[in-house]
Amino acid sequence: MTFIMVEMEIQMVIMPLDISRKLFGKRMKNPLILASGVLGVAKAGLESVAENGAGAVTTKSLSLEPRRGHESPVIIETECGLLNAVGYSNPGIEGVISEFTGWKRDEPLIVSIVGKDEKEFAQLAARLEQNKKTLNCTAIELALSCPHTPGYGVMAGQADPKAAEKITRAVRSETRLPIIAKLSPSVPGEVEAAKLAERAGASAINMGNSLGPGMRIDINRGRPVLGFRMGGMSGPAIRPIAVRCVYDIYDAVNIPVIGTGGVNTGQDAIEMMMAGASFAGVGSAVYFRGPGAFRKIEGEMRAWMKERGYKRLDDLVGVAHE
Amino acid sequence: MQTARVAKVANESSKVKTIELDTRLVCEPGQFLMVWVPGVGERPMSIANNDPLTISVANVGKVSSELHRLKPGSLLSFRGPLGKGFRVQDGWKCILLVGGGYGVAPLYFLAKMATSNNIETLAVVGARTAKDIVYEDKLYLVTAETFVTTDDGSKGAKGNVMVDVGRLLIDKKRKPAAVFACGPERMMLAVARLCLKHEIPCQLSLERYMKCGLGVCGSCDLGGKSVCRDGPVFDALDALAIKEFGEWKRDASGARNRI
Repeated sequence: MTFIMVEMEIQMVIMPLDISRKLFGKRMKNPLILASGVLGVAKAGLESVAENGAGAVTTKSLSLEPRRGHESPVIIETECGLLNAVGYSNPGIEGVISEFTGWKRDEPLIVSIVGKDEKEFAQLAARLEQNKKTLNCTAIELALSCPHTPGYGVMAGQADPKAAEKITRAVRSETRLPIIAKLSPSVPGEVEAAKLAERAGASAINMGNSLGPGMRIDINRGRPVLGFRMGGMSGPAIRPIAVRCVYDIYDAVNIPVIGTGGVNTGQDAIEMMMAGASFAGVGSAVYFRGPGAFRKIEGEMRAWMKERGYKRLDDLVGVAHE
Repeated sequence: MQTARVAKVANESSKVKTIELDTRLVCEPGQFLMVWVPGVGERPMSIANNDPLTISVANVGKVSSELHRLKPGSLLSFRGPLGKGFRVQDGWKCILLVGGGYGVAPLYFLAKMATSNNIETLAVVGARTAKDIVYEDKLYLVTAETFVTTDDGSKGAKGNVMVDVGRLLIDKKRKPAAVFACGPERMMLAVARLCLKHEIPCQLSLERYMKCGLGVCGSCDLGGKSVCRDGPVFDALDALAIKEFGEWKRDASGARNRI
């Protein structure tokens, strides 16, 4: 008995706290992934996010043709969150390939794509498959869940189970890259969508996008503030919804889940993992806590785990289900 | 979002109007506002004065043309102050401001603040032609000396601002302790390089296509920094280290275009 106690104590002292992760075989220094749409326009911007502590980064979603996006204001602050309607502005697939070619950092690069239908998604995937070496990207994320762009995402029903399956299958047939299906907290059926996406070849589920659409009206002018009038809600206010979605999906699939939605602190990331996420997506925290958000969140995770004697993230993942 | 009433509208040049509001704002020279025209759009505008809050607007697009239609009594909505402004160090006795085109407006606010802090302030303002010169009269009132250059020689010295800047940087009697520039990026690049050569600290107010103004969307990325949050004022040495500075900008889609 005494012997065992001593052994445990030695283990406590010797085994360092390890919060590194593997994303499809690539090492991440922590489980925090920059969510698509935040600072993902420029390679230099993503390099600086990685430098500032992100475990992996995601590009802004790209489409076949260039898109200017919605009129400004595109992002406004609201109580405990942000409301955004950027509208998938991007220079198009060729522009994005030339922008991100030669990603050199160790942090995995995830390329997010958006299409009007499964054919467009498949075309984009095929282009990425051809360029995956020069891009040095680790995975393709399917943006199925933007709530505020006509013809895309939620507004085109792409986050619905059948559509998610169809799009994932079409992309799977064009690429061997790991596929992350990014689902929506805004429409019912996210658990079924996750199951069908897995069946169609998804390698992971990113459970979370902005919630909505919502609206803010400026009462001095009597007009909606966002250029698109409505937009997706992100930030701490939506976290309970994201946590619940992750919790339900964790039981339903055998592939890893990225929990995205309102992760602002290390404690929030731990909550997401207890719900069943292997990784935590981080977006609006960059606004609330500045470019140093990732380091702060990582520090808080470490401190929390250290205080309670946790050594590995896997000891946290899904514990809320036990 | 804040809303104030327009107190006064004045024509600065054929293209530029100055809009004075019936409010003041605690802010630094070099910071900016996101000015919103409901139903039309929102654009970044530099602050030309804090008390009363003033912006100068060049009529170059759909938002600015709406702003040009404002009359005294109209409502104007904005977010801000946003970003980081010019930093003036204690002990600087003389500073030089270099403005090109509409870039002069935030420098007027800086000149006013510096002069009221007993810093001798010199200004060089340049434009293509005489009728594009803005803020000249106002600058005379808040600087020790203001020099004007025009490309066609229709006012002041003929040529660009660099003629006067080069001369003032080696002026023995009142060598500026620092240089502040705002204007076309090629001009700022030239100013930055000359200041580097003479080892004079220099700050630049840079511009990129801005959307959110909050440091989130990434549209205004400049070498991994957000111009809206980390700038718009940058130290010239930092700017010179960014390879796209003076070379190219992104448009609303994020595509690169040569400057």
